[in-house]
Amino acid sequence: MSGRSSGPGPGPSAASSVERPALGSRHVLERTEFPSLLRSLRTAGYRTVGPTIRDGAIVYGEIRQESDLPIGWTDRQEAGRYRLEQRADAALFGYNVGPHSWKKYLFPSRERLFTAVRDGRSFVVQPEPVDPTPLAFLGVRACELAALGVSDRVFGKAGDPSYAERRTRTLRIAVQCGQAGATCFCVSMKTGPAVTGGHDLSLTEVLHEGRHYFLVEVGSESGARILDGVPLRPATEDEFRSAVASVGRAAASMGRTMDTNGLRDLLVLNPENPRWEIVARRCLSCTNCTMACPTCFCQTTEEVPDLSAEKSERWRRWDSCFNSGFTAVHGTSVRSTTQSRYRQWLTHKLGTWYDQFGESGCVGCGRCITWCPVGIDLTEEVAAVRTAPGDAPGGRVAP
Amino acid sequence: MGASARPRLGVFKFASCDGCQLTLLDCEDDLLAVAERVEIADFREASSAVLEGPFDLALVEGSITTPAELARIAEIRAQSKTLVTIGACATAGGIQALRNFGDVREFARVVYARPEFIQTLATSTPIRDHVPVDFELRGCPIDKGQLLEVISAFLGGRAPNVPTESVCIECKRRGHVCVVVAHGTPCLGPVTQSGCGAICPGFHRGCYGCFGPQDTPNTGALVPKLSELGMDPSAVMRVFRTFNALAPAFRAAGDAAEKESSP
Ligand code: SF4
Ligand code: SF4
Ligand code: SF4
Ligand code: SF4
Repeated sequence: MSGRSSGPGPGPSAASSVERPALGSRHVLERTEFPSLLRSLRTAGYRTVGPTIRDGAIVYGEIRQESDLPIGWTDRQEAGRYRLEQRADAALFGYNVGPHSWKKYLFPSRERLFTAVRDGRSFVVQPEPVDPTPLAFLGVRACELAALGVSDRVFGKAGDPSYAERRTRTLRIAVQCGQAGATCFCVSMKTGPAVTGGHDLSLTEVLHEGRHYFLVEVGSESGARILDGVPLRPATEDEFRSAVASVGRAAASMGRTMDTNGLRDLLVLNPENPRWEIVARRCLSCTNCTMACPTCFCQTTEEVPDLSAEKSERWRRWDSCFNSGFTAVHGTSVRSTTQSRYRQWLTHKLGTWYDQFGESGCVGCGRCITWCPVGIDLTEEVAAVRTAPGDAPGGRVAP
Repeated sequence: MGASARPRLGVFKFASCDGCQLTLLDCEDDLLAVAERVEIADFREASSAVLEGPFDLALVEGSITTPAELARIAEIRAQSKTLVTIGACATAGGIQALRNFGDVREFARVVYARPEFIQTLATSTPIRDHVPVDFELRGCPIDKGQLLEVISAFLGGRAPNVPTESVCIECKRRGHVCVVVAHGTPCLGPVTQSGCGAICPGFHRGCYGCFGPQDTPNTGALVPKLSELGMDPSAVMRVFRTFNALAPAFRAAGDAAEKESSP
């Protein structure tokens, strides 16, 4: 795949007077010049969304100017606990992931799919237009790029039109983590903290020996285009090394680990493991874990007819395997117990996702741990299933 | 205009504050659409014209607290094809069910100059304790969107689409930041049924449980969290004994906390 748009000599884009940064090339953007990146996104017609502080957390929202970013703030996370804290420095991206994920932009929590309007003895379907404004995701972490990849494959396989339409108009500006949160385990899931693909641009924020700058790496043509008019200079070997060291510190500070060895078989072959009953005593069946998870895609559709019975709207909204209604057939839930719901969630996410999509459904972002009101931790549950006297030693199916 | 062909609607009040009936008036434009599809035969909040039964759809607000109400609900049931109870009073006895945990005669003595004139039952109880109920719409007050859905489902001859899932799922769909996790504020959302739109967490408050228990309410798992966040057993008891104190899961949690607070 050759994606070079510029470089010496004539080429398809030689008409441009600006030398465009090559794919994979590395540059330095000084902290003071950061607003020029936001300006360039705006000029290119993007609506930029990214990290911003609201209600005591770093959520994703509109970024109009750099003061919308959580400058000088970080988050301290634990199972069932999240607090903002002031940093000693003025980092723009000095936090890990919060309660929101990018899925809310590609797969909205509530969405009208179409409206059916009565037309004599038949009806006409009015399709729902998708907002055409291209979105720039600013500050996408490595685990989140992985989650977006997982979602692309899930919705791609389903042929979901509105997801696909939104997805093609999305620019991904990654930020490599310089620290890990206490519930992060991307190293175990091999999804981070280094950004290795799926980005249009990748930034690494470096605060080192009194300097504050971003190492900018170009991941795509669209990313390169955004850099037109952004004051960059080539990165020195030292600057590059400082950035690598920062990602290295994140990798070394993972708050959680998960042993993924033989995980699919362990879960699939342990439906009667006693641990399911133990976790069900603590689990509220509240759905928070699945709502916060960037890859959970379950949804329900509903018909909303108006009182005149002249038209009916088809809506979809986020649903969860923790709801009894999720598996209701003829009014009766197939998974009536919390035990069966937790088992379904974990077994699908870490096990049968492989059968369905050829990979794990978990990217190790830790949201389900932090945002579970009672702090249920899937890494702990997996470890317990491993060591609990299971259905049979090593998780064989009992004969 | 074939008005007589329209299904006849009756709205009835028992011991309650009228808030749930007012939700129907609050439907504004939609109320006109309702009025076009049904004949409003009895709705004293909206019109003084009272027609006789029978009713195709009865919406019943309020709980049973007096001997007279006992007789009246039986009569309404006998005259109604479909009977839907609306609101926490009708579905769980309401806030006035707190009398069930005390001595009503004692209250009457304190409040009224001539308590012997007061004819009241010792308890406040939900409608379904006395007559068969076809559907219970929860909330204190009910949600107007859910009420319209119930009416529209009745008109369409289908089951209402009223989820029995937790408040948390609505809270997350709305993108609210969880007050338990991020602020350390106690919240009943995980054990409470959705329908309100997670209003309180959107204003930095914990959920008060206005819609009663969700379909899988693990109060036993939530109470230790409430304690960890600073609620002692008597506070836990009080939080479960509000508008839905008689809903079985909340009743059990309140009773357990009471036992713990006065051993
Ligand atoms: S899981 Fe990894 S990539 Fe994701 S926020 Fe944590 S450290 Fe960063
Ligand atoms: S299962 Fe948990 S850790 Fe894994 S991707 Fe989902 S929220 Fe993140
Ligand atoms: S694991 Fe936690 S967040 Fe998930 S349903 Fe259970 S209690 Fe809720
Ligand atoms: S604030 Fe309350 S309702 Fe919202 S997610 Fe947290 S526990 Fe649930």
